[in-house]
Amino acid sequence: MTHGAWDTVADVASLVCLLGGAFLAFAAGVGVLRFPDLLSRMHAGTKPQVLGLVLVLVGLALRLRSGGAVWALVLVVVFQMLTAPVAAHMVGRAGFRTGKVRSDLLVVDELTRDLDAAGDGRAAPHAPGPAEPGDGR
Amino acid sequence: MSVVVLVCSVLLVTGAVLAVVRAEKGPSMLDRTIALDIVVTTMLAGIALYAAVYRRADVVPILVVLSLVGFVGSVTIARFASVEPEGEGRVRTREEIAAEEAARRAAEEAEVSEAHEAATETGAVEADEHHGGGAQGEVR
Repeated sequence: MTHGAWDTVADVASLVCLLGGAFLAFAAGVGVLRFPDLLSRMHAGTKPQVLGLVLVLVGLALRLRSGGAVWALVLVVVFQMLTAPVAAHMVGRAGFRTGKVRSDLLVVDELTRDLDAAGDGRAAPHAPGPAEPGDGR
Repeated sequence: MSVVVLVCSVLLVTGAVLAVVRAEKGPSMLDRTIALDIVVTTMLAGIALYAAVYRRADVVPILVVLSLVGFVGSVTIARFASVEPEGEGRVRTREEIAAEEAARRAAEEAEVSEAHEAATETGAVEADEHHGGGAQGEVR
């Protein structure tokens, strides 16, 4: 194949990646609006944060095709992969401790069980048992 | 090419608008944090799309900066999250704010006139009564 043909292939692949990333961002918007509680919204929100971002940046790298810029994009992906779990962990923990997690929607709730087993005086604010009536949280 | 770029832009803008709607609805601070995280990520994707369309390698540093700023914001908010009082998480309407404001002002005026009466009874009107007066039981 000629040089120009490879350029076309890279451009098309780049557009496919960009389209995938944009679709994931859209899906995150829909999910964060429609899902019922904090944890499921976090689940929706992480889609474009890692996979969507990787797709978009791969698309950008395929289109730029120059060394220095592509290394900066790798840096963005590494930063995002380091920081997204930390941010998600802190938001989830703060949500659990301030009672934003609806225990009636959880399939497995190991943290409440472990806190009870530990007999900790400052157990989770929403002990298992009769779930509070849904107040939209 | 341009069709795909248009579709991408529409998807990104729609996603950001839906996330902003969630940020407005809340109901808690953490939900808003997540929604704003998504807005930041969508902005990242939008800038990357722009850079890809016009082959602008010089906007890539903006992507690095944005990816770090989003992290700092969400971690800070999560660190200082606390139990919010009932009804706190809702954006109040204009009428509710006006009603609360009126009630607060009425209470203040009642307090001020009460203090004024007490002061005139004892014959000691202080010059600084317009500064809201001293706290109850304050040691002077």
